[in-house]
Amino acid sequence: MPSPRYTREIPQRYRLEAGKCKKCGKIFFPPRLICDKCKSREFEKIKLNDTGKIITYTTIRVAPEQFNTQVPYNVAIIELNDGVRITAQVVDCKPEDVVIGKQVKIVFRKVQEEGAAGIICYGYKAVLV
Amino acid sequence: MREVAVIGIGMTKFGELWTKSIRDIFVESALKAIDDAGVDHIDSMYVGTMTSGLFVGQEHIGALMADYLGVAPIPAVRVESACASGGFAFRQAFLDVASGMSDIVLAGGVEKMTDGADVTYALSTAADQEYECYQGITFPGLYAMIANAYFHRYGATRKHLAMVAVKNHKNGALNPNAQFPSEITIDDVLNATMVADPITMMDSSPVSDGAASVIVTTTEIAKKLGKPIVRVIGSGAGTDTIALHQRQDILSLNAIRTAGERAFKMAGIKPADVNCAEVHDCFTIAELCIMEELGFCERGKAYLMVEKGETQLTGKIPINTSGGLKSKGHPVGATGIAQIVEVVEQLRGNAGKRQVKNAKIGLTQNMGGSGASSVVHIFTNA
Amino acid sequence: MAAEKIGIVGYGSYLPRYRIKVEEIAKQWGRDPETIKKGLALKEKTVPGIDEDTITISVAAAKNALNRAGIDPKKIGAVYVGSESHPYAVKPSATVVAEVLGITPEVHIASFEFACKAGTEAMFVAYGLVKAGLMEYAMGIGADTSQGAPGDALEFSASAGGSAFIFGKENIIVEVLDTYSWATDTPDFWRREYQFYPRHGGRFTGDPAYFKHIYNAGKGILEKTGYKPDDFKYAIFHMPNGKFPMTIGKRLGFKREQIEPGWIVPLMGNTYSGSSPTGFSAVLDVAQPNDLIFLVSFGSGAGSDAFVFKVTERLNEVRDKAEKLKDMLENNRIYLTYGEYAKHRHKIIMAE
Repeated sequence: MPSPRYTREIPQRYRLEAGKCKKCGKIFFPPRLICDKCKSREFEKIKLNDTGKIITYTTIRVAPEQFNTQVPYNVAIIELNDGVRITAQVVDCKPEDVVIGKQVKIVFRKVQEEGAAGIICYGYKAVLV
Repeated sequence: MREVAVIGIGMTKFGELWTKSIRDIFVESALKAIDDAGVDHIDSMYVGTMTSGLFVGQEHIGALMADYLGVAPIPAVRVESACASGGFAFRQAFLDVASGMSDIVLAGGVEKMTDGADVTYALSTAADQEYECYQGITFPGLYAMIANAYFHRYGATRKHLAMVAVKNHKNGALNPNAQFPSEITIDDVLNATMVADPITMMDSSPVSDGAASVIVTTTEIAKKLGKPIVRVIGSGAGTDTIALHQRQDILSLNAIRTAGERAFKMAGIKPADVNCAEVHDCFTIAELCIMEELGFCERGKAYLMVEKGETQLTGKIPINTSGGLKSKGHPVGATGIAQIVEVVEQLRGNAGKRQVKNAKIGLTQNMGGSGASSVVHIFTNA
Repeated sequence: MAAEKIGIVGYGSYLPRYRIKVEEIAKQWGRDPETIKKGLALKEKTVPGIDEDTITISVAAAKNALNRAGIDPKKIGAVYVGSESHPYAVKPSATVVAEVLGITPEVHIASFEFACKAGTEAMFVAYGLVKAGLMEYAMGIGADTSQGAPGDALEFSASAGGSAFIFGKENIIVEVLDTYSWATDTPDFWRREYQFYPRHGGRFTGDPAYFKHIYNAGKGILEKTGYKPDDFKYAIFHMPNGKFPMTIGKRLGFKREQIEPGWIVPLMGNTYSGSSPTGFSAVLDVAQPNDLIFLVSFGSGAGSDAFVFKVTERLNEVRDKAEKLKDMLENNRIYLTYGEYAKHRHKIIMAE
């Protein structure tokens, strides 16, 4: 994970910072330069809500290398209470506990790391409430 | 725009082609297509490949293949749209001829996936790197999430996914170029190793090497060459959000719908007019969603169509007579072109044991990632 | 002229949900679980999730502290994390905490290390900066995902967790009445650079180390403040196991009832830099206005930080704004086998 690439995404991964279109109110996570709904180019900085519900999910059993030791782990599409959807792992529960519609809360966790010597990459995950 | 026809087709066998390089397999398929077309020159070339860079460390594919095919200095360029690279390469070739810019154009696709690269990582580059892959989702994972949402909303089950795999293997068993030309059972799928619940190894298309090429030209030139005419009557393409979670509705693969509607409009036909279709079954669930987006049935009804056997070789609308990506194989960039090879064979009446009776109109649908891009072509022998 | 009251404006803790029982570890190494349980007065310990580390634990504890404090994070002038398991050898844990909470960029950051007392060190310095008038608020955090060598006595107790304290002048919920520190060079427990597990001097970690330093720091602050053990409602000591804090408490003149509310080690284990701070957090979950609280930590190497606190009326108003220690300790526990525990704790040699 190159450091510049990691550092750029910190406001989103650490603080859930998003952009809200000043004209039509659509929220973009991550923030963008142009609104795809109304084509406006002006946004205000907001923070996403940190609670939501599960829209759909799966349990990953064959994972990319850096996630190998974590299988099986759950990943879900979560709709936060402000209507924005994100993809995130659902942790600290059994695969069968994850069900469409369940409420979740966003937590800060380690997401991946580059072996024993690379940087540690943190970000958002979800836990069932 | 001028009328365009496909006059030559060729493909390698799909599989683990250890002894052949990416150059070897591409040129093999291109020569087959050129021989089939009986042309003595081509004017330009489009090569679809998803990520030769990550798989074999080679970019600049257009120039490389023009060089190795011995056709330099014609214009040649690589086209990329993840798993839809091949289909989009064809669209470029079609536009090149239709516009009047070139007369005889080769559209090919190739992928060499078995040289040792991290395939899971390479394929994941079709998804949102920062907001999907970073979190640990995989390709099968994205489609698994679509499947769970589909089951939840429409009441389909894993068995319906298995039916798709079984049908495609049944067809693939009749295809000499298929990677896995053998039949399987529902239980084989239900008991297979789980990759991302509910997608198993047997719901997933394999890792493959392979290449396919087609030659397009104007119908006028085709007639002069005395070739069977398979006309391209529709071409449509579309895009959607790259991240699955940003789609308006997770079960609405809008890129496919857009591509299909535009192709049907251009062709002046309806979905019910299609006699055979090659669609992008990268995972079994994809075939169900695609059927609905193309309009072969209403939303939420595809699994019922499959249950009734309507997409079998002898059904109402035979889908993936080649064996689909599941049985035939899925060398990513080659797939879009290989789909066209099958439809042309059907429309020429050359599909042997896989022949759909009285096939007049065929459709190919190719897509990238979790549906962020899609391209549809419609062909006819009339 | 009355001196300005400086104290804590917000406190918070975090414990991972995973646990391993003493029996499970004992079984692995062919030891008798009952002997261990009795000898250490320990039942089970917390284990970090595979995606948790000192940084994520610090963030969770700090968020809870911020919720109770109810202040603008940008006003926090310093964030310090004390730990003996900082994820990086070079790159401070507190920069991540400060980024997540929106405290950056006008902030002073440092990592503290002093075996198990790095947490109270962070608190000691944070308090000092506010008292000196250098900043409005400062946060000190003690958090650890401590390692015990396989089969070693410490493997039964080394656990994971942490607590955060925000110091300030206004709307304080606990006043700091005084601090005192006592340290010597005593190699009772240490870890050399590039070593994965710490080592220790066995019984030498007792009287010449733990007991000597807590005793002297405790006596020192009692003399300095003029208080007697009976004046205090609560007493918290560093908890390497269940027995030591009770023993040192008795030696200093405290009774079991004063020590018990903060005595969370039987279910939590020893969270090293998080140990006495988290015991303190458990006490704050129940303490009432005007209660006096006695806190003495211990860090091997060796030293102790002592604090005398007095609870204000405001604690009752903010207590419910974040999760309580008892709930984290007792609810929703996920028990692991030794194999799962070893995987979580990176004790298994993986391929390159």
